[in-house]
Amino acid sequence: MKTLVIAEHDNNTLKPATHNAVAAAQAIGGDIDILVAGADCGAVAEAAAAIPGVGKVLSADNAVYANQLAENVALLIADVAAAYDNVVAPATTGGKNTMPRVAALMDVAQISDIIAVDSPDTFKRPIYAGNVIATVQSSDVKKVITVRTTAFDGVPEEGGSATVEAVAAAHDAGLSSFVGEEVAVSDRPELTAASVVISGGRGMQNGDNFQLLEGIADKLGAEIGASRAAVDAGFVPNDYQVGQTGKIVAPDLYIAVGISGAIQHLAGMKDSKVIVAINKDEDAPIFQVADYGLVADLFQALPELESAI
Amino acid sequence: MKALVAVKRVVDYNVKVRAKADGSDVELNNVKMAINPFCEIAVEEAVRLKEAGTVSEVVVVSVGEKSSQEQIRTALALGADRGIHVEVEGRPEPLEIAKLLKGVVDKEQPQLVILGKQSIDGDNNQTGQMLGALANMGQGTFASEIKIDGDSLEVIREVDGGLQTLKLSLPAIVTTDLRLNEPRYASLPNIMKAKKKPLDVTNPEELGVSVTSHITQLGVAPPPERAAGIKVEDVAQLVDKLKNEAKVIS
Repeated sequence: MKTLVIAEHDNNTLKPATHNAVAAAQAIGGDIDILVAGADCGAVAEAAAAIPGVGKVLSADNAVYANQLAENVALLIADVAAAYDNVVAPATTGGKNTMPRVAALMDVAQISDIIAVDSPDTFKRPIYAGNVIATVQSSDVKKVITVRTTAFDGVPEEGGSATVEAVAAAHDAGLSSFVGEEVAVSDRPELTAASVVISGGRGMQNGDNFQLLEGIADKLGAEIGASRAAVDAGFVPNDYQVGQTGKIVAPDLYIAVGISGAIQHLAGMKDSKVIVAINKDEDAPIFQVADYGLVADLFQALPELESAI
Repeated sequence: MKALVAVKRVVDYNVKVRAKADGSDVELNNVKMAINPFCEIAVEEAVRLKEAGTVSEVVVVSVGEKSSQEQIRTALALGADRGIHVEVEGRPEPLEIAKLLKGVVDKEQPQLVILGKQSIDGDNNQTGQMLGALANMGQGTFASEIKIDGDSLEVIREVDGGLQTLKLSLPAIVTTDLRLNEPRYASLPNIMKAKKKPLDVTNPEELGVSVTSHITQLGVAPPPERAAGIKVEDVAQLVDKLKNEAKVIS
């Protein structure tokens, strides 16, 4: 059995989500190769080749893949996948965008967001905002799978020495083009890879008050997140959102501040190892999942917390 | 320009869905059903484009059992012009839905197809992208803003690192994210009017699409329960617990 893992990267750096996807591929079993589709992405291919246990890295280094346009990359993956039994990608916004297109081109179902591998054709995945875990079996000969990265510990970054093979195919669907992007620049770790996350909700009242979280985040080496309510209210940008339809995080410590704890938010963070909730409403549902709950006014508690740690 | 909007009937987002005791499936008896929230945003966007004069007709389609017609009527009450119900039994998978929608696209020839980015039952996030591949259209998924300019579409997408802007040639697929718009409420007169709007019923045979299931659900189970936590008295006790009991900060 051969599995192709799709690398997540920005043409310069291989993202840790790739290492989680490789871990899921190992759980499925068989040989593992990695496909790096991008432009001037040699450093990414080298980093992928350093992952232990990888057979080879296929590098499709071409301007048509520079911005990960789904229309182009899906054609490439479906083409390369002809030689594989499984195609596995992390369920990031990139994987979610491209992989269903790949599955449709291959005329197979996609199994989205798996959290466990029961056997090479049977997987567990959350449905209904994680209120239920379904066990699903695929009857497709070739499988297209996306992986919930928080459910699989990443494989080591170093130790392997796979060969890098160039893929010449340049697929340009001619349907889409890249115009621009606004990428948040932050010194903090990526939300999905952070070991500590501190999130604010509607209780923060405005965007300026998120500074109260920043001092604590700096001391703890934490990333800042938010509930949908805080994002919708314009307190912080969309890429802060933790939840069913935002980012899924599972850090060692998750601190929820002024977040009531709607089902949709819990779906994005309830697999965190330790959950702390600070909320002035003692009946807030967030306290039902919190290991440590503090009923307090966040405007008093946050400065106290910052000076106590 | 014609816009096609796909809508799905799902469990209302306020319902906390549970597994049946025998673990065979989720409990859906006597559960409130509604239009999938992302699909509602899709309908709203199409209606706004019509109000702005960019779109001339909004056609809403739903694939599902007969009861899906309720959600089509909801979309008609929000301002869509006519409905198409593709009647199928059971719960079709995203690939099947995408193939049936492709059949509708071939017939209706819309310039713009808007879908929700995911339905809150299966949480698959697949159908729009699959339809894009089958119909050979470009896709602007997880859209937070769209702008139509002649024969192309500019879409701002919510991605992990922030926002990305793409240009797509029409016809194209858009899947909606939460912040694309805030859907209106249907007024009573519009709900009454919606009952008289045309709603065609078709089926896979008429569309010339054969669908097969690729996935079997073997069972469902509740997620692991978190052990009950404790309430701490103050910040000092919280920090003490985090340092000495949970050992997550030093």
